[in-house]
Amino acid sequence: MSAPLPFVQFRNVGYAPQGAASGAIISELSLEIFSGETLVLLGESGCGKTTTLRLVNRMLLPTSGEVLVAGKPTSEWDAISLRRSTGYVIQEAGLFPHFNVERNVALVPALEGWTGERVRERVREMLTLVGLDPEIYAARFPGELSGGQRQRVGVARALAADPPLLLMDEPFGALDPLTRASLQNEFARLRARLGKTVIFVTHDVREALRLATRIALMRAGRIVLLATPGEFMLTDEPLARAYLETLRLDENRTAPASKHGG
Amino acid sequence: MNLIEFVKSNWREVLTLTGEHLYLVLFSMLFAVVAGIPLGILVARRAALKRAALGVAGILQTVPSLALFGFLIPLPLLGGIGARTAIVALILYALLPLVRNTVTGIEGVDKSVREAAVAMGMTGRQILWQVELPLALTVILAGVRVATVISVGVATIAAAIGAGGLGTYIFRGLRQNDNTLVLAGALPAALLALAADWLLGLLETRLDANRKRRAGTTRGAHRARLWQCVAVAAVALVVAAVALAAWRGSQPKGAAGAGMGHASVPVRIGSKDFTESIILAEMLAQELEARGAPVERRYELGGNLCHDALVGAQLDVYPEYTGTSFTAILKHQPVSDARAVYERVRSDYAERFKVEVSAPLGFSNDFAILVRGADARSLNLRTISEAIPHARGWRAGFGQDFMSRADGYSGFARAYDLRFAARPREMDLSLTYRALAAREVDIIAGNSTDGLIAALDLVQLEDDRRYFPPYEAVFLARRDALEQNASLAAALRSLAGSIKTDEMRRLNHEVDGRQRAVADVVGEWRRGRGFSVSPS
Repeated sequence: MSAPLPFVQFRNVGYAPQGAASGAIISELSLEIFSGETLVLLGESGCGKTTTLRLVNRMLLPTSGEVLVAGKPTSEWDAISLRRSTGYVIQEAGLFPHFNVERNVALVPALEGWTGERVRERVREMLTLVGLDPEIYAARFPGELSGGQRQRVGVARALAADPPLLLMDEPFGALDPLTRASLQNEFARLRARLGKTVIFVTHDVREALRLATRIALMRAGRIVLLATPGEFMLTDEPLARAYLETLRLDENRTAPASKHGG
Repeated sequence: MNLIEFVKSNWREVLTLTGEHLYLVLFSMLFAVVAGIPLGILVARRAALKRAALGVAGILQTVPSLALFGFLIPLPLLGGIGARTAIVALILYALLPLVRNTVTGIEGVDKSVREAAVAMGMTGRQILWQVELPLALTVILAGVRVATVISVGVATIAAAIGAGGLGTYIFRGLRQNDNTLVLAGALPAALLALAADWLLGLLETRLDANRKRRAGTTRGAHRARLWQCVAVAAVALVVAAVALAAWRGSQPKGAAGAGMGHASVPVRIGSKDFTESIILAEMLAQELEARGAPVERRYELGGNLCHDALVGAQLDVYPEYTGTSFTAILKHQPVSDARAVYERVRSDYAERFKVEVSAPLGFSNDFAILVRGADARSLNLRTISEAIPHARGWRAGFGQDFMSRADGYSGFARAYDLRFAARPREMDLSLTYRALAAREVDIIAGNSTDGLIAALDLVQLEDDRRYFPPYEAVFLARRDALEQNASLAAALRSLAGSIKTDEMRRLNHEVDGRQRAVADVVGEWRRGRGFSVSPS
């Protein structure tokens, strides 16, 4: 493959709320994300991972530099159409509690004016895809689902309008370890099948190593390391070493229990 | 007469007043909802507006209702006396719970839900209508519920500015020392409040149940049912409001029928919210009607609303007392010379308000220091001075008016060097009579012409140090009304000097003590005095 075009490109991006230079959350961030890859933004809370994600679908606009999506700066994109062609999954799923599962999944197709029959067909397809039987779950309300089921619906909703790009902000962070692991595995399979470009935010190094094609390690609004999981395991970068260290400590201390957790 | 008998024989009036009450509440709530919810939405979106808007609404809520009515009366368009002013005031009171609950409801929407809505590419309007409002609905509805219940309560005070409603019974009952009448107003009002609370609560739980509905029924049916519910409620509301408005429009305003053939504007006669004032106003009304002039009766106005309405050209004439005008309105220091007070009031009113003062009606209604007849007899009390030594062991109860006026309590206590066992209890004037009779207090300041003095066996102590200024009864009339309507001047002349103090006391007792209708009592008095009854 000879130098494919990046699908998302950060060009020397800075972001500070209300333009306050001192309080910059993101500084001098440059990054290229290629079609079909899963880029994981890894870092502690407050390092600017979520802000970076929100810059992609124009939930935020950079205060310096620019972010390009499909070759066009986000500032020139219509925010609504950019967001409707970008899937978004967040930690607590953010499902509408007054919509049943069917309406939640159908949200973007309905906003885009799909016909009723096509929407229903798509909802069935998406629910099946994420492992929920439409016959059982379509009519349920989010309050009647488990955390893992809610998160599956969240993924189905994000994929419903078949967006080329998927943004995921710690989607499995609030789940218990068993559910999290099984969702991670299913997500890895799904991604291989659908060929989506994914930007994935997490603070869990294990999750990053499992899902990423490349990992961007962030600290204080900057990328300190950009590496494939293989390179990440071998790097001398101190923060990356520290993350790997926790992994090892974790395994030593909780060796018997980790059989279940892993 | 017990409550059931009263309602049986007056059910038509009870229904009318309940209808008026409902009309006030429904109309004001309709406007308040239409204004308050969008205001709440706007405020929820602009943090800068929020504090200011909630602050203003909160301050409005703390203004006592009678004071708010007072502020509104002189305003053009909004003001005046009657239902319109009451509705404006009720709207202002309803705003706080509506705006606050709308803001709370919208702000209470889960952050992750709002975030998801934005990230899915919903527009601001779609987020408002499909996410924020549906999720805030039960909280907003709870605000409507609270506002409605408050409105039912505040609407009872609307009777003080001639807006009718169940408060009419409550005020009349307090004035006439009649528990049945108070209950006849308070009970339906309480039932209205409970009914409103229950109905809106029902709607609230219904909407809530819809949201958490179990799987089974299809979405279409559930939405259709919701819309049905809302539509039925809206239609019922509009029908009720329109029917009431139409029905109110068809009611004759005052008994203006006597002036057939006269194309002249009716004379608008006001009265204060106590029996004597109403009787005097009715005397003038019947005198004018006997002369063929149409009148509009706007009785039972609370506080100083009569004065405000007269000066604001909402009234043409109302009965007043020279002492009240002299001290409470013109703010002069109390003077005890009746002639001097009358002349000063006359010249000041002519100059400042373009209002003429009629010749005195023949009696004066002074502050009367009253004790129980039994105490007066056993202690052998005749004058206030003789009561001074006993006062140290007595509890006093005075009306708000007496406590606050320049010629009231503070000067009185100084003039007689009076000390009571405790600071005087401040309460509604009509309640002081009951409190005295029930031995809750031992001395009160009433009105010398009050019918209850004889009825409750009370004794008036003589003002032997001549502290209290004279309160001669007169009519105050707008100069332009007198110029427009010759029969008004003639009617005022014929009433001059026609009523003596004991006669006034008797008339008051006919109404307060024997609970007869004011119009009947006045009609009887006119026949007894040989006033001409047929129009000339």
